[in-house]
Amino acid sequence: MDKSNHLLTIENLVKHFDISGGLLDQLSIEKGRVKRHRTIVKAVNDVSLFIKPGETLSVVGESGCGKSTLARTILGLYPPESGQVFYRGDRIDHLSSQQMLPYRTKMQMIFQDPYASLNPRMNVERILEEPVIFHNKSIRSDEVTEKVAEVMDLVGVDPKWSDRYPHEFSGGQRQRISIARALMVDPEFIVADEPVSALDVSIQAQILNLLMDAQEKRGLTYLLITHDLSVVEHVSTRVAVMYLGCLCELATVKELYNSPRHPYTKALLSAIPRLGVRQPKHIRLKGEVPTPINLPPGCVFHNRCTYADDRCIVEVPKLLELPSGTFVACHRVEEGRLD
Amino acid sequence: MGHLLEVRNLEVKFALRFGDLTAIDNISFTLDKKEKLGLVGESGAGKSVTGFSIINLISKPGYISGGSILFEDRDLSKLSTGEMRKLRGHRISMIFQDPMMTLNPVLTIGTQMTETVLAHMKVSKSDAMDIALEKLKKVYIPSPEKRLFQYPHECSGGMRQRIVIAIALLTNPSLIVADEPTTALDVTIQAGIMDLLQELCTTEDMGLILITHDLAVVSQVTDKIAVMYAGRIIETGPTEEIVNNPRHPYTKGLINSLPGGLQAGSRLAQIPGMMPTLTDIPDGCAFNPRCTINGPICLEKLPELRVLDGKNHSAACHMLENDQRDK
Repeated sequence: MDKSNHLLTIENLVKHFDISGGLLDQLSIEKGRVKRHRTIVKAVNDVSLFIKPGETLSVVGESGCGKSTLARTILGLYPPESGQVFYRGDRIDHLSSQQMLPYRTKMQMIFQDPYASLNPRMNVERILEEPVIFHNKSIRSDEVTEKVAEVMDLVGVDPKWSDRYPHEFSGGQRQRISIARALMVDPEFIVADEPVSALDVSIQAQILNLLMDAQEKRGLTYLLITHDLSVVEHVSTRVAVMYLGCLCELATVKELYNSPRHPYTKALLSAIPRLGVRQPKHIRLKGEVPTPINLPPGCVFHNRCTYADDRCIVEVPKLLELPSGTFVACHRVEEGRLD
Repeated sequence: MGHLLEVRNLEVKFALRFGDLTAIDNISFTLDKKEKLGLVGESGAGKSVTGFSIINLISKPGYISGGSILFEDRDLSKLSTGEMRKLRGHRISMIFQDPMMTLNPVLTIGTQMTETVLAHMKVSKSDAMDIALEKLKKVYIPSPEKRLFQYPHECSGGMRQRIVIAIALLTNPSLIVADEPTTALDVTIQAGIMDLLQELCTTEDMGLILITHDLAVVSQVTDKIAVMYAGRIIETGPTEEIVNNPRHPYTKGLINSLPGGLQAGSRLAQIPGMMPTLTDIPDGCAFNPRCTINGPICLEKLPELRVLDGKNHSAACHMLENDQRDK
């Protein structure tokens, strides 16, 4: 893969969390001997993907599938266990926080809960100017004020309100302010982690329109993390489907919604409630999502998959590119036994 | 015999320091056996307060200030606490949004289930356990015998919500009020729970009131819909009518703002502004500051729900009345 053509490339990214606690919690006595047990949550397992400039790549999956962890690992908020992250061809996953600074202005994040992500003790002006001053210490104060007004205008919050505090705004307005904060440093790449999940339907449409407008005006690239599949269908260029920390399918939005290949994607898409469509026959999955602590061997989906055979239980499927351009990790699709 | 549930001109107020706040203003609807009603609206529209007032769970400073709630020909708003307690959880059950909050974390599932049975029916403990087991089977819980002795934290979110539904079913109620039952759950699990609720309405002869903000979910499950805005029902009718032929500008806006039907990437229709808070509901029609088709009358007079055509479809909008007259 040519990394310099892609805005962001991730190769074999792995992120595990050790939740075994202190040393004493890890020790237990078995047959008269002291043993040490560690409990590890395997949140992201061997994920590779790339993001092209100007596109919106959505990552979908159910709660606990590692989509937020993936986003945070990409931004360097969590150090990865192994694997590499490249930004315009430069490797960034092993950089120190000082070396990371120039990339921070290029990559910004919007969080889910606008009630928690804005500092209640800062007024809007301070919230917005903080990142600019942090990244550019020599900037003049009138330039900052101008920039604040420009960005507030862009996100549809009246610049007159810049001396107000977050609690004086509604949820939708606050989400506009957190989008403004991300836009203040003129980023190229924005990671939006469930940006509309906490909002009401009519407000959700306002924020999605704002995100699409900002993309058009500023040529932004988005990594959108969400569980809302109808939002994904509307705004994305390509979609990555995750299950238990693994990537199962990656395709353009049209390909994915018209002809999903992976059995999990099929089940997921069939479960989307659609307006006015009465009782669509959705694919019922058996069982429950296993815990990411004890990953099933072989394909992580095999114990819920109706098509699974012996090979799926033993061998981990690789992500393969199909003639249609879809990437899918499934033995059955690879063998051509499932269309 | 009349309807299973008939809510007439219900009014709920909250007594606050600066005076009474009207949370629910003059709403009426009916529900028959096996019928499924969806109460839709954004946060603050009063859908949950409506649900709570049906089972008389409005706590102070809130109170039912007017109207009646006829359930199986008894007015629930006039019942004493003791009489209501006999009915609640027995003939009417409620399912809440967050299954982790509704289940007691320190009691086993079996204990919690038999507690309800023993409170409402004269049965022995082992019979109560049998009833609990039977209901767990009904909601498709795998290995129910084992689950009875487990604690809520040992079950997943979807499993917990199934258990909550099983608890609601224990006493064979004739009405279930489900307040955002799947909002906290993933889509694949949501689809399963909705299937289950639908199936149970038919097999158990129950009425269902489904309170949710998700129009798409409601449109799949229910027979009729009531759309709420700022404490009032602004449009109501059969589900298909509301979804395919919405008349009130708010309902139209709500449906158009859903991504899905439109060409991908196009701008979503948005309703400007936000729902007013109950402390400053505008004069006249509460929707008029956000409305695109309003006229002078909307600022002065509160529109009443009026039947639009023969299909039980009614909406509260002055502009629609004019349309009718023009025709």
